[in-house]
Amino acid sequence: MNELSLQTYEMARRSIVKVLRQPALFIFPILFPLIMMGINVSGLDAATEIPGFPTDSYLDFAIAFPMVQGALFASINAGSSVARDVETGFLNRLALTPMQRAAMLLGLFTGEMLVAFVSTLIYLGVGFAIGLHFASGFFGVLVLLALSLLIALAFAGLGAFIGLRTGSPEAVQGVFPLLFVFLFLSSSSLPRDLIEHDWFRIVATWNPVSYLFEGLRSLIIFGWQAKELALGFGVAAVIAVLGVYGATVALRTRVAAR
Amino acid sequence: MRRFLDVTYGVAYRSTKKVAVNPQLLLPSLIFPLFFFVAFAGGLSSVGNVPGFDFPSGYTAFQFVFVLLQASAFGGVFTGFGIAGDFENGFSRRLMLAAPSRLGILAGYALGAMIRAATVGVLLFVVAIISGMQIDGSGVDLFGLVVLALLVNLTASMWSAGVAMRLRSIQAGPVMQLPVFLILFLAPVYVPLDLLAGWIEAVAHINPVTPLIEGGRDLISGSDFQPLLVFGIAIGLGALFLAWAVRGVRSAERAG
Repeated sequence: MNELSLQTYEMARRSIVKVLRQPALFIFPILFPLIMMGINVSGLDAATEIPGFPTDSYLDFAIAFPMVQGALFASINAGSSVARDVETGFLNRLALTPMQRAAMLLGLFTGEMLVAFVSTLIYLGVGFAIGLHFASGFFGVLVLLALSLLIALAFAGLGAFIGLRTGSPEAVQGVFPLLFVFLFLSSSSLPRDLIEHDWFRIVATWNPVSYLFEGLRSLIIFGWQAKELALGFGVAAVIAVLGVYGATVALRTRVAAR
Repeated sequence: MRRFLDVTYGVAYRSTKKVAVNPQLLLPSLIFPLFFFVAFAGGLSSVGNVPGFDFPSGYTAFQFVFVLLQASAFGGVFTGFGIAGDFENGFSRRLMLAAPSRLGILAGYALGAMIRAATVGVLLFVVAIISGMQIDGSGVDLFGLVVLALLVNLTASMWSAGVAMRLRSIQAGPVMQLPVFLILFLAPVYVPLDLLAGWIEAVAHINPVTPLIEGGRDLISGSDFQPLLVFGIAIGLGALFLAWAVRGVRSAERAG
């Protein structure tokens, strides 16, 4: 194992152990989206009777929500975790060691993506247990897992960027409502063409999070749709590149300012 | 009585000023309800076209009532966070030593929570009216809705004050917040009770918050309203959690 891999492994292990030692860090991000999904699936079941609704099961439509919401919570964890490392001086002490900067971030992202992967498996397991239909079959499940991992990386990158820029867990928590706005002002609850208010439909169309939902949902409801998948992977990749690049620059600045 | 009122005024003034001068506390309590209103009333408005959805004042008014009661409840919960914070930084201990009436402390926090909820409520009303919300209820109906929202706020603030005074740590935040969140969302949030399906229909039927939300919707739409049932439940819940909070004060006194 080369040096970078070994250092990344150690940082990822630390990230995972940190999460496992504080059950609130993984129980809440997994349980809360599941509760919301359970409430929405029953509460909005009547929405499937709207003419043009793409499926007769709101569960098939809503299962994408906990995946994106879980990734969002993971981003807050990633941001808070790295901000705490700044605040406690851990990052400064780490910078004095031969640890490569890339390993610091790769380790953090690996840990958060593992949490997101387990969360997605749990959401899918619960979904299948209560009657989820998966139009694209087994390979669709694999592609969905890949897309949800990319989404988790994208949000973790953003979280790490905010955490490193501010160096304050409170500031990361303060940004949370803004990210939540992106989640709700999207096609998360209804397909865009069924949103009545023009202004909301325009906001949802410009909101990149809509394409993450639609990419995930296309595999579940419709099967293989090239355009939705390309947009889903494309948008997630762009956010991931921006987030990881931003976090890398912020880390460099943070360590240089030491 | 004078001592009680002095303490109540002092604590209410402090908790209101603390929120007013601290944007980190003020903005979430103002922005979140507006955001929920926009997301629910705007994003889900076509749910109002579902067969059987016959709310006369439209989907915006239907969601407004839920968001108003939710904002009132969370205004109370945020006050619980403040109490827990005061215990953590030692302020509450000094306050309890100095205050001639300890129940006045509780009343002060409750009054602060009501001022906070009233501010958010006014903002919500303004935004809803600007966005074209249809109000079919009379002035008396609207007054009833405001009283209902304040009773919900009192209930939630007494619940969270009781938790905060027993646990005396900000880490008790989820214990205050999650039950309120769940009981609100296990009511008919998106569609009327008779359009709910599955397990949530059964839960919503026994949820005490359901008559409050449905009563609020009756008031805003000027429909037949059952004041005894709705205000009976609201006052009953308020009294129950007031007793819970008073016992919480005693618990905090015993803990020193």
